[in-house]
Amino acid sequence: MLLLQQVVNGVMLGSTYSLIAIGYTLVFGVLHLIHLAHGEVFMIGAFVALQVVLLAGGGLGTALPAAAVASATVGVLIYLVAVKPIMARKGHLFAPMISTIGAGLVLQELATRIFGGEQVGFPVQMESHVWHVGGITITSVQVVILTVSLGLMLALHLFVTMTRVGMAMRATAESMVISHSLGIRSDRIILLTFAIASALAGIAGVLVGMSFNSISPYMGVDMGIKGLAAMLLGGLGNVYGAMLGGLVIGVVEVISVGYLSSSYRDAFAFFVIIAVLLFRPRGIFGSTAHVEG
Amino acid sequence: MLDPYIESILIFVGINIVLSLSLYLPVSAGLLSLGQGGFMAIGAYVSGYMTSVMEMPFWLALLAGGVVAGLVGLLVGIPSLRIKGVYLIIMTMGFGEIVRVFYLNFEPTGAASGMGGIPVHTTLPVVALVTACVLFLCYQIRGSRIGRALEAVREDELAAEVIGINLTQVKVAIFGLGAAVAGIGGCLFAHYATFIDPGQFGFQRSAEIFIMVVLGGMGNFVGAAIGAVVLTILPELLRIGGMQEWRMTFFGVLLVIIMIVRPLGLIGARR
Amino acid sequence: MRAGTVPILEVRDLSRQFGGYHAVADMALAIDKRSIHAVIGPNGAGKTTLFNLVTGVLPPTAGQILVNGEDVAGARPDRIARLGVVRTFQGVRLFPSMTALENVLVGRFCRTRGGYFAALTRIPGRPSAVEAAARRRSEELLERVGLADQRHMLASELALADQRRLEIARALAVDPQLLLLDEPVAGMNPVEVQEAADLFRSLRDDGITILLTEHHMSLVMAISDRITVMNYGRKIAEGSAEEIKRDPQVLTAYLGSEEAA
Repeated sequence: MLLLQQVVNGVMLGSTYSLIAIGYTLVFGVLHLIHLAHGEVFMIGAFVALQVVLLAGGGLGTALPAAAVASATVGVLIYLVAVKPIMARKGHLFAPMISTIGAGLVLQELATRIFGGEQVGFPVQMESHVWHVGGITITSVQVVILTVSLGLMLALHLFVTMTRVGMAMRATAESMVISHSLGIRSDRIILLTFAIASALAGIAGVLVGMSFNSISPYMGVDMGIKGLAAMLLGGLGNVYGAMLGGLVIGVVEVISVGYLSSSYRDAFAFFVIIAVLLFRPRGIFGSTAHVEG
Repeated sequence: MLDPYIESILIFVGINIVLSLSLYLPVSAGLLSLGQGGFMAIGAYVSGYMTSVMEMPFWLALLAGGVVAGLVGLLVGIPSLRIKGVYLIIMTMGFGEIVRVFYLNFEPTGAASGMGGIPVHTTLPVVALVTACVLFLCYQIRGSRIGRALEAVREDELAAEVIGINLTQVKVAIFGLGAAVAGIGGCLFAHYATFIDPGQFGFQRSAEIFIMVVLGGMGNFVGAAIGAVVLTILPELLRIGGMQEWRMTFFGVLLVIIMIVRPLGLIGARR
Repeated sequence: MRAGTVPILEVRDLSRQFGGYHAVADMALAIDKRSIHAVIGPNGAGKTTLFNLVTGVLPPTAGQILVNGEDVAGARPDRIARLGVVRTFQGVRLFPSMTALENVLVGRFCRTRGGYFAALTRIPGRPSAVEAAARRRSEELLERVGLADQRHMLASELALADQRRLEIARALAVDPQLLLLDEPVAGMNPVEVQEAADLFRSLRDDGITILLTEHHMSLVMAISDRITVMNYGRKIAEGSAEEIKRDPQVLTAYLGSEEAA
């Protein structure tokens, strides 16, 4: 029973990792770029949502849209300022990625300056219930997290498979050249991709804040690494892989905390990254990119 | 006598040159590492422990810090150098964080509270000597048989292989050397700061070292050194302007601008 | 094949599959020392894959690759190069920001010694005996392929024909017993092709074996001691230039495709 409880907790936690990982994957899909400021986008979403709730009141219903909008804006800005100008020039191979590192540094310090460097409470209130189902305890917070995450993943799936715009996104990810020649406005698609990826991250920020009752300007670093690990685990460019990768990391993390000191918990994601890169660079479900040579 | 403020700046310039060269070495073979902070930590902790707790002579500790960091670098390098480009960057990031988390939990060196009481040994003459040695090392490598092989590996790994260059040997060796130099930089740092904690060697540190090399130009060790000088002095100018709290913002913006305008750095590609 | 001599390169039952597709299938080949052997065939016949297999760039899915009798199937390219089998590439792969001389000099790497300790203790301006010898050899090789005047030019600045020559000079620096040349005269004008032919013959006369693939039929027919024809990953004919010219299967394979010259 304890194991089942841990699995349940892990899935809840992991679903937030999935949301981040999906964002990484979407960006990688269209630009073959590893967006190293994505963790900071997640963090900004949480902080802006907090401010909005503090100023305007309201609970989840206010926080989630606020985070989504804020993060989407920040994400698009990052693309326009730090990525797009570089993609235009045939420069260094890693220049765009290095540039996102710079953007991340800026965002993190801005957040520290504006919101202080400490952890702050995240008082997004909601009615708290606790259910006991067959020996497992589930809180309403967990239910909300799971519902929102899974709901968003489902929505994304429907979006990319059933809407014209969504299919244009997939086409652009497959081949920008070909989709361009088919008349797809790749620059708009890229903007949309960044917006969606970032909005998901922002929402994840609120969910994580709710689940831990606090947020800090440094939470983006950790989350960023875990999302990255989930993406690598699931296979670069593979959105469904990223979803599952996040869940897997969440579950294994929770289970390992039971047996290891909790301060090693964060290192676990790094081990996953290293193990994947060493033993199965294509990820569990296969990637769309060349990893070796 | 030199003004103490100027002296401390010069000492940091020296330490940062050592650190940026520690990254330059693997970069010269095409290996981008975002984990030099981890090797720096190893050098700092090992040498700091040796001088403060075991009361061993400084130069021995310096050597030991470099050697241990170098050995870890070899160990990490062996399996990971099959991995190319971007993935190596991620992997070294992960490694750097693992080292940080390790020291965060390692009681004998103070865990999260850090380790203090490290005797001051890093004076200006010491730093100048070590920096000069590392610069000399880079200069010597560049004009040598090994230097040519490193450049060949960076330019075209496949072509290098078919003319008989063993990629793994070359890459692992330079990666280990870079790690050792980072460890030496860490030792210098520890014996100036007298107190070290894991937070000082995390991703931010690796990113700073990375920025130094990127800024100065990745094709040339002189560029990396200049990048270090610029990046040490610039924040001091910020201090004069009262904006020292925005250091990382400044670095971040600088990084973005360089990538847009001159991705090859101030000095540019090769010569 | 001459009786009693170990072929410098022998390939037995060599296959390379990609999924269900056989790029090379049941290939058998034996190259005699001090000869010029050509592998020809239409595009997609598997010639470059064969080269990649023999030089360790690609591992075979089945079969043996024997260099002087030693099986090297699956070995890494650098080991095969040290055994004396060195190749050039169809799209020339030089080190672009190194000079011509440096490109050739780095070819001496696996034939010389001297690691980090040697690097540390070198005296700038006074090269060691090993280094001086390597430099002399490199200059000679540049002279040999006709690039002496361009020795200090960056490899990226050279004209294509010169780049091909440089790649050969670099390969020669490795002291090869067998040179694999992948379309060495592609993009050359008739004068350059003739110069290349003379160079290949003189290399053979110096004791180096050459295995080349080409689409340039007159060159192939003029200089080859032996020709192997491939199609769809398999050998379809083998023999002297005269025999190949008259082979009906070869003609069928090439029917509809133009001769390069």
